[in-house]
Amino acid sequence: MRSKDRPRYVLTVDHLRGLFDELSDQGYEQVGPIFRDGAIMLEKINSFDELTLGYLEQQDKGSYNLDQHPDAGYFQYSVGPQSFKKFLNPPRRKLWEANGSSSNFEITVPERPAKMVFWGVRNCDIEAIRILDKVFLEGAYVNDWYQAAKEDLLIIAVGCTHPSKNCFCTSFDSGPMPYEGYDLSLVEVKDGAGHHFIADGKSDLIKHWLNDTEAQLASKDDLEIASRTIEEAIDNMPIRLNPKEASELLKTNLEHSHWEQVASRCLSCANCTLVCPTCFCSTTEDITDISGDHTERWLTWDSCFVGDFSYIHGGQIRPSTRSRYRQWMTHKLSNWYDQFGSSGCVGCGRCITWCPVGIDITEELAAINDNPVGPAKDKKSRGNEKHKGST
Amino acid sequence: MSTEKKKLAVWKFASCDGCQLSILDCEDELLLLAEHITIAYFPEATKSVIEGPYDISLIEGSVTTPHDAIKALEIRKNSKTVISIGACATSGGIQALRNYIKVSKYVKAVYAKPEYVDTLETSTAIADHIPVDYELRGCPINKYQLLEVLASFIVGKQPNVPNQSVCIECKLNGNPCVAVARGEPCLGPVTQAGCGALCPHYYRGCFGCYGPKENPNTSALAQHLSEYGVMDSDLMRLFRNFNSGAPAFREESKKYD
Ligand code: SF4
Ligand code: SF4
Ligand code: SF4
Repeated sequence: MRSKDRPRYVLTVDHLRGLFDELSDQGYEQVGPIFRDGAIMLEKINSFDELTLGYLEQQDKGSYNLDQHPDAGYFQYSVGPQSFKKFLNPPRRKLWEANGSSSNFEITVPERPAKMVFWGVRNCDIEAIRILDKVFLEGAYVNDWYQAAKEDLLIIAVGCTHPSKNCFCTSFDSGPMPYEGYDLSLVEVKDGAGHHFIADGKSDLIKHWLNDTEAQLASKDDLEIASRTIEEAIDNMPIRLNPKEASELLKTNLEHSHWEQVASRCLSCANCTLVCPTCFCSTTEDITDISGDHTERWLTWDSCFVGDFSYIHGGQIRPSTRSRYRQWMTHKLSNWYDQFGSSGCVGCGRCITWCPVGIDITEELAAINDNPVGPAKDKKSRGNEKHKGST
Repeated sequence: MSTEKKKLAVWKFASCDGCQLSILDCEDELLLLAEHITIAYFPEATKSVIEGPYDISLIEGSVTTPHDAIKALEIRKNSKTVISIGACATSGGIQALRNYIKVSKYVKAVYAKPEYVDTLETSTAIADHIPVDYELRGCPINKYQLLEVLASFIVGKQPNVPNQSVCIECKLNGNPCVAVARGEPCLGPVTQAGCGALCPHYYRGCFGCYGPKENPNTSALAQHLSEYGVMDSDLMRLFRNFNSGAPAFREESKKYD
């Protein structure tokens, strides 16, 4: 059934609590946004009520603030420092261990991931998972852990009603409203003292559950209000770049003097790549105990901002920050098209917020665009047609 | 891997002994270590001494006296591998703050008989005096990194001691960044990993115990902090801490002196 032909429902918080409990009974591990240590983090939760409630956020370049607000609901913020990639390709993971002597040893491989539910997935993160699918599931080398984690994954998406100042998903073919890649999608709507959710169930499991809830069907007015909330979110998000043009622009500006200028500010700390929902690089480490009878191989996230990342026999290919920043940005915005057929950026804004010195990828691009050394671009055409989501 | 047990010596120079304590803190692993290594010289742990030469010498502490400088040369002559451990041995330690003042003046003010005190004007890293095979950072060192280095030397592999930023450990451990979310001045982006991002985990900015990471952009961080209202005197103190003798931190701190 096409998305727009499916019935939409009006769900209450109690409905969602019920869904949470039912999924727990079915053995799902559930993760979602919770408030911890001053930020909204993604973590394993044991009850629906652990989800963030009552926070509004303010994000800026290199800054992030949360405020409690009596009217704020469950999802009226955008994205925090973490993305769901941490559950699909964990930051540190034991690949195998070997025990015994060099002539007689046994290799054991850790268990596969649990079946999971992701709560509160934004459309940028759905896009990011689609991108990671290409990276980890296609081609000769499949990431089997990722594949297993995806197999039974349930995605409960939310349309963004309160994008942050750094969000720019509308610059891509996505926008703040999920349109595919989820099992259930919700738009949170304020009503008097409380909140309800306009829900679209896509997978069979969720459709059956929706049927059993006997929840009300959404009226035309309900749909109208939900789609207006999303439209407002879209209107509040300035278009920051034109991805196709950016891709071409960067290809012809690899020697632009601006790279040096960014490098004077960039710390090559790697925060941008670690918070990015699509950055996927990892390294492996072998750990041996002193006896030599026990060895473990671990996979850990890596980053193109790390010196050793480009170390091959004899030295580093990218010793300077200039070359590292250029590698990162041109990969995200340009070479990704050649490698995976899409942009490597989904416009979530995390790298802008969580850069300790507030470097903004879109501003750096604009600086090159304003004064290109390669074939000049029409400056005014940086903006593209606004992409409207639909509920 | 040779079956003969390697001989280990642990030496102390100017230091607080904290890094040596990290060795003793290995507890469970110490027994395993003793099975594969002969602890030949380690006054902090045992009175018995086995003469050199040694396969591995761990050196804690910095060079602050003429006698230290000679001792370092002797250790080098007597050891196949020299590994300096901790901020003192790798950058001069907290006592390298003396490098910014006139030591003789202080000696006169503090000691009744200054002529009994034979000290250098500076506190310097072991590598400033002798060739060092490996440096393990930290104030104090991380015992797991030490075990990793020793195990690697025994089995003959490259140790996993990344010289990347503390931020990487911080993010991998799932800390919300204290610089971004709380406005805390944090040296994590210019400091080498190794501690597991301990301070940010407890909501404090990194103090730089592990010294500068590779390719550190101290001036960009300092400029950003200054724009956020951190005063020059505080910037100077931020870089003049456990690793004030490390060139990148030293040069940055001088800008605010
Ligand atoms: S852009 Fe920012 S977050 Fe990324 S490496 Fe540079 S300083 Fe760190
Ligand atoms: S590059 Fe930045 S804005 Fe783009 S997806 Fe990655 S973190 Fe988000
Ligand atoms: S808290 Fe400090 S170490 Fe951690 S990510 Fe932020 S700047 Fe880096």
